[in-house]
Amino acid sequence: MPRSRKATSPHLTAGSVALLIGTRKGAFILRGNPTRRTWKLSAPMFLGHIVHHVVLDPRDRRTMLMAARTGHLGPTVFRSTDFGKTWKEAKTPPAFPKAPEGQKGRVVDHVFWLTPGHPSESGLWYAGTSPQGLFRSNDGGVTWEPFSYINNDPQYREWMGSVQDGTPDGPKLHSILIDPRDPAHLYFAMSGGGVHESVDGGRTWTTIVQGLEVVEGFDAATITFHDPHCVRLCPSNPDRLYQQNHCGIYRMDRSEGRWVRIGKNMPKKVGDIGFPMVLHPRDADSVWVFPMDGSTVWPRVSPEGKPAAYVTRNGGKTWTRQDKGFPHANAWWTVKRQAMTADAHEPVGLYLGTTSGEVWASRTGGTSWTCLARHLPEIYSVEAAEL
Amino acid sequence: MTVHIPTALRSYTKQKSEVAAEGQTLAEVMSALDRRYPGLRFRIITEQDMIRQHIRIFVNEEQARDLSLVLRPDDQIYIICALSGG
Repeated sequence: MPRSRKATSPHLTAGSVALLIGTRKGAFILRGNPTRRTWKLSAPMFLGHIVHHVVLDPRDRRTMLMAARTGHLGPTVFRSTDFGKTWKEAKTPPAFPKAPEGQKGRVVDHVFWLTPGHPSESGLWYAGTSPQGLFRSNDGGVTWEPFSYINNDPQYREWMGSVQDGTPDGPKLHSILIDPRDPAHLYFAMSGGGVHESVDGGRTWTTIVQGLEVVEGFDAATITFHDPHCVRLCPSNPDRLYQQNHCGIYRMDRSEGRWVRIGKNMPKKVGDIGFPMVLHPRDADSVWVFPMDGSTVWPRVSPEGKPAAYVTRNGGKTWTRQDKGFPHANAWWTVKRQAMTADAHEPVGLYLGTTSGEVWASRTGGTSWTCLARHLPEIYSVEAAEL
Repeated sequence: MTVHIPTALRSYTKQKSEVAAEGQTLAEVMSALDRRYPGLRFRIITEQDMIRQHIRIFVNEEQARDLSLVLRPDDQIYIICALSGG
């Protein structure tokens, strides 16, 4: 584990926020005014496309990438440099290399995750795909190439499994993280295959799963059984990571070198299963999760039909329920791993998109929630872009 | 020969429903189409040169199974978006 230099926390912002929303049937932009009280929904973009992620480049606040496909057509990346007014398709979207004659090569089913590169690396982007692959663009998303050796490494391929393994619509490489102090210090996670770290810009990788639990009856020493749902790196303390895993909520302080299941401190009735993990931009002890029912056959809905966020203000020692404004009963939706996020205002604004097509927001760090939009398609991702 | 373009791909062909293309095999026609309409090929053919799961290509009335199919100059090629769920 490298580095001990102090990170620069994201600046406090007070401007407008725009929510970039990816859904099963297209993308939308929900623009707020500076007070975050009024919001205006755009017309759908790429209506009918399955949009897994829409991300604004924080380095120029102009370039926007969208990971999209349709039921028929293959996966691609669209680019906009005018905040979604016009789009162009990547010249070479992420794709695995052509296999030698007689061998079976892998096919990208969808681009799942997009991460802009380090602030010092203009135009650099990373992408994670399903089946699990890691890709990079050096030209702002115009052309993409496989990145690092992992896509073809026998050990990694074993951990990645096949299309049939893991997540119902295909295992995903996600949570591509960059240390704000060092562009060569990278992390990624695989929905079947654990969490991995590189300190040399992707030339070598180390698996970091110590302390993580796996499904009962399986061997935690087997990396492929590890199912991180969402991993986040603290902007204000990059030596701390949080993770919502298939088997609980965890924190890792790199000096300790192992994950601690802080979800054990959640109410037993609610449990600590879910998908998203949201971090405070300036306080490494403040974290939000959105629990779902992971019992029996994994209904993947809010426990008892009563949606609520939970927040800790002390690094996971205690959790507080935040459900003011949400339906009190019969709300059988949940929030996917890319569909909950925060802005950098004070108090922090929180935003989430539901599987039933609603967008909810809190201007007060989760103490109360308001529905901003209804009747959208199933929401896959929500990113808060500071304008 | 004539290639019939489904609505889902007409953003690539400037909304043309039929385009002309040359090639002795289906692979050559797909490459020619991609040169003229960049990006179109990858939406229907995988990086392993396989026709995508929910795409069908018919040559006249016969379904093409792979890109090695030899073509005649007067063939009609139909790209079809097969059912792919709701």
